[in-house]
Amino acid sequence: MSLECGVFHTRYESDMGLRPRPVQRIRLAFFATFVLLFPFVAGPYWLDLANQIAIATVGAIGLNILVGYTGQISLGQGAFMAIGAYTAGLLTLNAGLPWGVSIALACVVTSLAGTFFGLPSLRLKGLYLAIATLAAQEIVEWGMTHWTAVTGGTEAIVLPAPSLFGVRLNSSFAFYWFGVLMAAGTALFAANLFRTRMGRAFVAVRDQDIAASVIGVNIFRTKLLAFATSSFFVGLAGAMIAYYRTIITWERFTLETSIVYLAMIIVGGLGSIRGSFFGAVLITLLPALITNAGRALQDTAPVVANLLPYAQQAVFGIVIILFLVFEPKGLSKLWGNVKDYFHVWPFAYRRG
Amino acid sequence: MPILEIRDLSLRFGGVTALAGLSMEVCHGELLALIGPNGAGKTSVLNCVSGLYRAQKGTIDLKGRDGASHALHRLAPHRIAALGVARTFQNIELFKHMTVLENLMLGRHVHMRGGVLSGGFYVGRQRRAEIEHRRAVEEIIDFMNLEPLRSAEVGNLAYGNQRLVEMGRALALDPLILLLDEPTAGMNAEEKESMARFILDVQEERGVTVVVIDHDIDVIMDISDRVVVLDFGRKIAEGAPDEVRNDPAVIDAYLGHAREERAAVGAGT
Repeated sequence: MSLECGVFHTRYESDMGLRPRPVQRIRLAFFATFVLLFPFVAGPYWLDLANQIAIATVGAIGLNILVGYTGQISLGQGAFMAIGAYTAGLLTLNAGLPWGVSIALACVVTSLAGTFFGLPSLRLKGLYLAIATLAAQEIVEWGMTHWTAVTGGTEAIVLPAPSLFGVRLNSSFAFYWFGVLMAAGTALFAANLFRTRMGRAFVAVRDQDIAASVIGVNIFRTKLLAFATSSFFVGLAGAMIAYYRTIITWERFTLETSIVYLAMIIVGGLGSIRGSFFGAVLITLLPALITNAGRALQDTAPVVANLLPYAQQAVFGIVIILFLVFEPKGLSKLWGNVKDYFHVWPFAYRRG
Repeated sequence: MPILEIRDLSLRFGGVTALAGLSMEVCHGELLALIGPNGAGKTSVLNCVSGLYRAQKGTIDLKGRDGASHALHRLAPHRIAALGVARTFQNIELFKHMTVLENLMLGRHVHMRGGVLSGGFYVGRQRRAEIEHRRAVEEIIDFMNLEPLRSAEVGNLAYGNQRLVEMGRALALDPLILLLDEPTAGMNAEEKESMARFILDVQEERGVTVVVIDHDIDVIMDISDRVVVLDFGRKIAEGAPDEVRNDPAVIDAYLGHAREERAAVGAGT
């Protein structure tokens, strides 16, 4: 964080705000206006993409809390989203709970499951932990497809459409507001968390766990709390998907999902909330943009257009590699660079 | 009166003996220097006291703020920190991606309350706690002259400044006893002098008991009240700096064991 000319804080409280500078607040206001106006001008196709972005933002922030902020690598994102989705769906179908209650309970259940699968982190670090969470992914995937009595196996589960005051919530327009509310709430919660005591402890465990323990951080507790907090939001993302699509299938929650989400937070920026959002936007839009480009080229260059669908995976991979090589801190850092540039523009005397 | 009492401490790593039945005391309010040749077990002592190593044998007792005696050898590092034992490391162990301010705020961890929920919602009590402890941290920043670095990321700071921040973080814990592992390592003469001044200030102004390990004998002799000399995991000498300086066993340990026999003959033992 850099200082701004002419901004003076006379109380710690104002200095410790999330958006301590006027410029930041103006930027936020612009963004909020855009978000509020967007659904009135966008068609259903773009609204659907926006909803996917909202869900991915919640999931990516959840994963980033664990991987980016606490340094515990997880390949179990898909599994935790599955637990969220199936719990939310089955609670409504079998226990007849209203969708809101089901989603809340699904978050709690996923949080507990995440804590359980986080137990190996007390002994394992880095790649070893990644493999342990991979085991969680495989176990849950196997459970989804084989525990037929509960999950319906490979058959899809169809949920009743959620409604609020008689409005069906799974239409693109209605869900948009729910999605934005959840994404904004998650972002605000995470931002607050990482400027307070426990959030700092998460980061301390990532940066230097021995020093953290010597300064009084209970490492075991902190790691498990990170798993619990992270899984809570990942479960929320899973439950949101379930109610948005009103169909739950196991294919949505495979290892590939885990990897896509890891890609999101790497491309967006590890340990950054705004980066989680950027990553969610890019990784959600990328396939859509490639498909659109294919359609646009259908008449002029049919050869390229026919190849593009196959190129999708390759482009996905190339984007990740390019980010790892050229900007390992992700889109969040790029955005920071742009801000820094305009910060002192046109008198660029400060080293960016 | 001792604030820290180490009795018969033995620590082995496989076949290597790091500490061999070490007994020593740290008195309340003193500045104790722990010296000895490389591999004498100095850092091992600190690691045992702060709970990073668990000795196979022996006890470490701390007289806490509550007046009760606490068996540190049975406690986890974070519990020991909560009792008021703070330390720095030989190879600076800071939270590199955090700012100076955040590093120092972590020093307040044991004095603060608040978990994930109260933090995430930033409710009134948590907000007040953050501000209140920010005030305490600003005092440390003032004490250590770290104002210009407050919002700098620690990983980008110069080496000497990182040492200061690490000491600041330990001070933010408001320690009863502060363990410093080679605080002047890698510093030039000027930096060493200012670090020595800080250490003295910590002891005198803030009334903190200090245990310091250092290889710079001049600094040690200047600032310490008492010196304990270790060699091969044993205490070979103890006393005021001047007494220790002339102790034949100490000279022997430092000059090397090739002269052991000659020294033994010379001392008539």
